[in-house]
Formats: sequence, structure tokens, C-alpha cells
Amino acid sequence: MTTDMKTKAGTLTGVSVALGAAAVGAWLATRDRKHHPDNAPGWTQRRSFGRYEVVGRTVTIRKERAELFAYWRDFSNLPRFMFNLDRVENRADGRTAWFMQDHGGDIIEVDTEVVKDVQNKLIAWRSVEGSDVDTEGRVTFDDAPGDRGTRVSLIIAYKPRGGAIGKIMSKLFMDDPRTHARHDLKRFKMLMETGEIATSANRPQNTRAAQKQEN
Amino acid sequence: MRALTWHGKHDVRVETVDDPEIVNDRDAIIKVTSTAICGSDLHLYDGVIPAVQSGDILGHEFMGEVVETGSASTLTKGQRVVVPFTIACGGCFHCEIQQYSCCENSNPAEKQDMSAALYGHPMAGLFGYSHLTGGYSGGQAEYVRVPFSDVGPIVVPDSLTDDQVLFLSDILPTGWMGAQNAEIQPDDTVAVWGCGPVGLFAIQSAIAMGAARVIAIDHYPHRLALARGLGAHTVNFRESNLQEALMEMSGGIGLDAVIDAVGMEAHGFAIDNMLDVAKQTVGIGADRAHALRQAILAVRPGGRVSVPGVYGGMVDKFPLGALMEKGLQLRTGQTHVQRYTHDLLKKIENGEIDTTFLISHRLPLEDAAEGYKNFSSKQNEWTKVILKPGMERTAA
Repeated sequence: MTTDMKTKAGTLTGVSVALGAAAVGAWLATRDRKHHPDNAPGWTQRRSFGRYEVVGRTVTIRKERAELFAYWRDFSNLPRFMFNLDRVENRADGRTAWFMQDHGGDIIEVDTEVVKDVQNKLIAWRSVEGSDVDTEGRVTFDDAPGDRGTRVSLIIAYKPRGGAIGKIMSKLFMDDPRTHARHDLKRFKMLMETGEIATSANRPQNTRAAQKQEN
Repeated sequence: MRALTWHGKHDVRVETVDDPEIVNDRDAIIKVTSTAICGSDLHLYDGVIPAVQSGDILGHEFMGEVVETGSASTLTKGQRVVVPFTIACGGCFHCEIQQYSCCENSNPAEKQDMSAALYGHPMAGLFGYSHLTGGYSGGQAEYVRVPFSDVGPIVVPDSLTDDQVLFLSDILPTGWMGAQNAEIQPDDTVAVWGCGPVGLFAIQSAIAMGAARVIAIDHYPHRLALARGLGAHTVNFRESNLQEALMEMSGGIGLDAVIDAVGMEAHGFAIDNMLDVAKQTVGIGADRAHALRQAILAVRPGGRVSVPGVYGGMVDKFPLGALMEKGLQLRTGQTHVQRYTHDLLKKIENGEIDTTFLISHRLPLEDAAEGYKNFSSKQNEWTKVILKPGMERTAA
């Protein structure tokens, strides 16, 4: 890619320490206990996450952990409920290419690698060098208290930038990744709990799924 | 098909629009045989509910014949069904505990943001009631796409007429839940604000639940007469000092339970209401809560307050002190229709409940706009309007 991406590659080591996928969960999910002795999730903190924007969202779904994990782990299922995700391709080297449609209809490729994969519990991924977007994320699956099903948390960190990539990011997320995370998780819940995604469209060709339209 | 569409305040029209089709596997298409204009449709007509868009098809009280089914629908073609106005998925936590009107999955994801911002949580999907509740096309039409058709619609026997069962879609369960939320005990004296359809059914339900005395409050003589016909005592608030009358009629004790079946567009010239009217008129999202304020003052200490009337925004001068200092219970909510339809259908079949007394007018769907106008402006005589898609028009 461009100079910009090389710069990113140069700092990748540092990023890995701060935000590397193995560490991202801890970094996002725990607070500095000395100063903030509470149990609020890390992504709800009123503080800066440095050069990264962090988005986190949780839903509770009345299904078994294993079933939800298996559906999500098969990445080819994701476009069914992530409406800006056009398709997902598995590469021979184990990496995955995500083809996302931005607001203007252009396709953006994000190459990712799974950096942590704990059966029925956690999937973490991060974009690799050469990808159009610098992002990483994780989804966790936890038993809800009592008989409420499974708590699914999606946490995404991304680096907004100026220049071409900044434009891509803002086009991709319409400056509001929170909206995406929220809608994607709600649709995942609908699909798992009801077998379909609610729509008020009166004809199949008018649904947002058919039009790949997020908002 | 023909359908009643919204175009702005006091502007509804019957137009030709696309027929609906099966979209999801659990859908069914219903050919509407009867549909009603609800008092809460007047909130849309008056433009006090946000997020209604030009061209939206209104109507949430409807019934008809199943004409098409998706692969996962449990209905079969030719069945006669009444459709609850609340859309419920049957699979989420709230549906599991029968809080159907709090369904988490029936409002499309991208439509949930607005009500989540307003109320802290998204609303469920409702037919024909703005994009806050999903933007679903309503039942004042020839055909309706009904999602989750394996959960909501109730099959009705041919031995019962449309007029006998149509109100299972909303107002009968709403009146029933309004009375149930008031936790009526034998020997109770109960007052109901508003003798519109929901108020009248709440009166009927409260009596069926064993209340010793039910007091009906309104200012339309004909509506008060209908309440008397059900066995209620009545007070016309234009003619008597309401608080004093209620205190006297409850022997100086106050009411054991009160039911606000008026909601956000209360009538009256009390100072709080006039301020509310002014705020609503300039569109700052205020509700007119005059009836609810009165009800909270009239209920006895330790009493119960039930609110089936619709509210959508904020209120000022809410008597929170009275609520706390008198130790009141307050219960409200959109109706969990699916929880009640089965039992109420049985009561209709057994002759324990008759709802047909309410119907004042039957019109062809083509005359729906006229129906809205009259239901809104002639509330004394126009107590309930039924629209029938197939009905012949008579010369106007």
C-alpha cells in the first residue's frame, strides 16, 4: 500500500503492545483498578483510547453459547446480518478477506487474521498489513446469569486518520461505527432467536438486506 | 390495492398502492374484511406522534382471511383471523414471559434507534403506527403483510361475526389489561377517565372482575350513556366539580383504583391542560396529561393507578409527590394482546362479553378519510368506525 500504510507497519509493534489482539481484550475490558475500582466495561470509560476509537456493544440472546459461536465462527454467515459486508473470502494462508460496501457503494477490502479463537467463548481478529483499513475486534460469548441465554459482546477498535484512509473509514462507517455495531448485533439476535430479520418492507426486493443498505 | 395513507396533519387519503408480498418465511398475507379507526389513530391524524411519513398506511385494528403464507407460517389459506396490533416474535425474553408488547425483535434494527433514544429502550413493532414502531404498513387497506404470523393472529370460528371479534385486535384486550393493571378487588370503587372505546371496555372489564362500583368520567353525553348502559355510575366533568364529586361518591375515602383511558390529548380548560395544549401545539414533544394528574389526586392512599391511555413524550407538573406520599402503584404499557386473545375469544363465544354495542358507523374503506374527520370532530355520536374494503359506497 501507500506510505501511510508503511508508517502503520512501522508502528505495528508498538500498537501490538498497546492494542495487539491478544492484549486488546484486557486493555478494553479492564480499568486501572487503582483509580477506577468499579466493574464497568472498559469501552464505556470516559477517556481517550489514544489514536484508536473504540466501540463496544452487548446483546443477550436466548440461545446456547455453542450455537451462537458456531454461527459467527463461520464467517461466511456474517453478511446475513452485517448489511455493509458484501462477502467474506477465506484465503489459503488462513487469513480472511472481508469485502465491505461503503456508503457510496464502493467495495473496500479488509484482510484480517484471527489472532485468538477460543471454542464457544471468543473470536478476535485484526487487519493485516496491506489492508485498506486499520482495525481489530473481538466478539465474546458468555453465559447470562440465570436462564437468560448468552451475552454476546462485540468490541471494535479502529484508527481514524486523515487522508485517503480517513475518508474510507468515514465513508465506511458514516462516522458512526456505533450504529453499525448496534444494528449488526440486533440483527444477529433476530436471526438467532426468530430465524429471520425483521423488516417492514412489503416486497422482498425492498428490504435493506436485498439493497445492502445499512441506513 | 386500495389503502388509507397519511400525508400530514388532518390529511389522510385512500390511494392505490402496491400489494404486499411474502417477504420472510414466517409471514402471511391477510385479505382484510373489517378494520377499525382507533382513538390512538387520531393522535396520528392530529400530528402529535413523531416519525409518521407521507404515504404510510395507517390502521392497527384489523381482521380478515389468510390468502398467502410463508413457508414457516402456521396459518393456512382460507382461515379467518384477527391480528393483534402488537407484532411479537415469540422467541425473545419478553415474548417468553408474555410481555409481548415489549418484543425485542419485531422492530427492524435500523428503526429501533429513535425510540431507544427517547425511552432508553426500543419499542416493539406495531402495525400502522409511525416509524418509531417499525414503519409497518397498517390494516386500513385491502391486504396486509403480517410478520411472525405463527405467533400473533388468532383463528376465529365462522359462528362469530366480524363485529363480534374485531376488537380482539386491540381495544378489548387493552381495556381488559387496563382493568387488570388496576388490580381490582371485590368491593372496590374504581373510576375510569375517558369513555372512548378503551374506557368503555375497561369499565366492562372492571365490572366483570367484581368491582363494587365503577365511575365513568367524560364530557360527551352519548358516551356517558353507553357507560351507564354497562352498569357504571357517571360524572360529566363539565357539569360537576370532578374531584369533589369523586370524593363524595367514594364516601370520603377516595378511589381504590383509577384508570386513565384518555392519554396524551386530554380535553378541558384547567390551567395545566391549557399550558400543555400550548406546548403540544408548538411541537415541543409535550403530552397533555390532565386526566392522569386528576386520577393521581383522586385515588386513595395506597391505591392503584392504571394507564392504558397512550403517552409519547414528556409532561410537566406531574404530581410525583402525591404518587410517593400516598404510596401509589402505577402500571401502564402497550397491551400484551397475545396474552389475552385466547381467553377473551372464549368469553365472546360464551356470551359473557359483547362488544358490538360500541359500533356507531360502518363505512366502505373508500370513505375512510371521511370516517377520520367525523370520528375526530363528532366524538359524541361517532363512537367507533368500522371500515369494510368490499362494502358498496352509498351516494354521499
